[in-house]
Amino acid sequence: MEINKAESASGSAGAQELRGAEILVKALQAENVQYIWGYPGGAVLHIYDAFYKQDTIQHVLVRHEQAAVHAADGFARATGEVGVALVTSGPGLTNAVTGIATAYMDSIPMVIISGQVPTAAIGLDAFQECDTVGITRPIVKHNFLVKDAKDMAEIMKKAFHIARSGRPGPVVVDVPKDVSFNKALYSGYPESVEMRSYNPVRKGHGGQIRKALQLLMSAKRPYIYTGGGVLLSNASPELRALVDMLNVPVTNTLMGLGAFPATDRRFLGMLGMHGTLEANNAMQNCDVLLAVGARFDDRVIGNPKHFASVDRKIIHIDIDPSSISKRVKVDVPIVGDVKDVLTELMGMIRESGLKPDAQALGQWWETIEGWRSRNCMKYDSNNSVVIKPQKVIETLWDMTKDADAYITSDVGQHQMWAAQYYKFNEPRRWINSGGLGTMGVGIPYAMGIKLAKPDSEVFCVTGEGSVQMCIQELSTCLQYNTPIKIVALNNRYLGMVRQWQEIEYSGRYSHSYMDALPNFVKLAEAYGHVGILVERPEDVEPALREARRLKDRTVFLDIRTDPTENVFPMVQAGKGITEMLMGVEDL
Amino acid sequence: MKHIIAVLIENEAGALSRVVGLFSARGYNIESLTVAPTEDPSLSRMTIQTTGSDDVIEQITKHLNRLIEVVKVVDLTEGAYTERELMLVKVRAVGKEREEMKRMADIFRGRVIDVTDKSYTIELTGDQSKNDAFLEAIDRSAILETVRTGACGIGRGERILRV
Repeated sequence: MEINKAESASGSAGAQELRGAEILVKALQAENVQYIWGYPGGAVLHIYDAFYKQDTIQHVLVRHEQAAVHAADGFARATGEVGVALVTSGPGLTNAVTGIATAYMDSIPMVIISGQVPTAAIGLDAFQECDTVGITRPIVKHNFLVKDAKDMAEIMKKAFHIARSGRPGPVVVDVPKDVSFNKALYSGYPESVEMRSYNPVRKGHGGQIRKALQLLMSAKRPYIYTGGGVLLSNASPELRALVDMLNVPVTNTLMGLGAFPATDRRFLGMLGMHGTLEANNAMQNCDVLLAVGARFDDRVIGNPKHFASVDRKIIHIDIDPSSISKRVKVDVPIVGDVKDVLTELMGMIRESGLKPDAQALGQWWETIEGWRSRNCMKYDSNNSVVIKPQKVIETLWDMTKDADAYITSDVGQHQMWAAQYYKFNEPRRWINSGGLGTMGVGIPYAMGIKLAKPDSEVFCVTGEGSVQMCIQELSTCLQYNTPIKIVALNNRYLGMVRQWQEIEYSGRYSHSYMDALPNFVKLAEAYGHVGILVERPEDVEPALREARRLKDRTVFLDIRTDPTENVFPMVQAGKGITEMLMGVEDL
Repeated sequence: MKHIIAVLIENEAGALSRVVGLFSARGYNIESLTVAPTEDPSLSRMTIQTTGSDDVIEQITKHLNRLIEVVKVVDLTEGAYTERELMLVKVRAVGKEREEMKRMADIFRGRVIDVTDKSYTIELTGDQSKNDAFLEAIDRSAILETVRTGACGIGRGERILRV
């Protein structure tokens, strides 16, 4: 044994014998991981021991594994870096599943490390055993079971590479307890990784981009529709430059908000089920649609038959070929990284000297201004009796528009109002679960961001339903001093469910009323934070002001909003995107 | 329409289940699936027989390509190809049936690979329609057991699928 060790040490310079857990930590350090959210348990004790012996990575102990993944996910969305979470085997992993699926649906780069029972016990129904690789397979970009400590470094390198390249996504690395304990020779973290089966395309096909250019320049009514892919590719500057070049209207999906400044005249607002009239109408009336990093999701295009019923040419830029012609047939597919393709497209436009048809574009803008003048987002903003939820968001926007602020949300009516009434001018400032629609993400997202961005203000716009799905994380916020501001639009209903029941089920409010709500002010206080009850419209602004003033405290604003308010405009399920309900008068 | 898709995939534990999981998760059909390592033991080759509209087949090949362990995907039915399936059929063979069964096996260029005083096991290789035809041609009630490998396909001539 001694001889072997000596031989191996001299054989490869700088190599050392390390435990699997220690190699894991070295890999995270080599990837410049600063934060990791997790929860210990039997199968990850060796890994936690390795964390104890280092001081470059800050571990955040959450109160539930779901929140560990959400917090790391929120961090990844705000920073663009890979979010890392650590959970134990069995229930630790199953609790993390919602978080992983949430990240997967929105293509968020993450590495989730899970403990596993010792290799000898796998398959024997051991204590806290579950088939992690099997359970997570449909909700990850890829997953690994580390069978030997000597494979740890390479697998971690692959995991990070896969998570952040191509169409990003979560990668699970399952580590049996003996693998984290056993020693292996570690001779440094691999510099690069070669995988013959995985070579994502970055550059778009030149010929296709040229076709796109010709189509765009021949358009009379061009329209740009962009999604989360623009943010993931950090292509917001390129998108802005393209719009400046062409002076064409733009819409963003829920996931794409902030890619283009919401206060810019050329922005038509969000499109889709709760999009603006002008954004949706333009979708059906344009003659050339440039779709960028968006996937024609059902909440965006409504009834696909209705969507396809008009004659328009579609250019689709996406890094994932399987997103192209999935729900909507496109004319010019361009597979590639959004940033690369837009840069090349602009280069070709400059070279060609072509300009959009100014007269046609002028008429197109006139049509759009006609739709815009309907002011589809108007609501009873001067109500002095009940608090209108939209007003709360507008007030928040007004107050923070020049601040360095991040807005997270949960899922439901409050999410839509935040998306509609907060004017996101910068990318990665609006953090929500768009694809999976996971209630409970709001607080963990906010605390994940606040940890990485201590000088920024982080608001969590939520509802009294969603917020209770991860409310235990208020405890984590106290422990790690991540003072967030929770803006709870408390209408005593599961609002979006109630809205659908009102409109589609003749007002049969089946289990959508939240009876026996906690006293949120006292609850916040019990967790060591500040709670403020807001019941009158005139108190909204002062309460928000007070919450901001208390810089170092987490503040829970329990804002009692109008329980009957609905989100408009609305495209009902199965309808075309221009078949919109504009307000109560349409019900 | 029937499609035969050939897939080169890393020969790693769990790779097969990723493919099968993809088909079930997205509601695609699998008529048959065969898989075994190639001459390069680090690679497995899979032949998947499926049906679907052109749009569905396009999505299937795209999603197969998206799997991290998949190295190459080819829809063999897009060009000239040849397919074979191995079928083993155990048939009752007593009295006068014995002679008849042997004759049928010969006609279909099958081979009797196991014999008892009451049965034959016949090995047949061919495309699936030939194997179907054999089952049609013999007395149904004489069939005791059948097992088929599913289609295994390869491109004709210069059509070569390798890394």
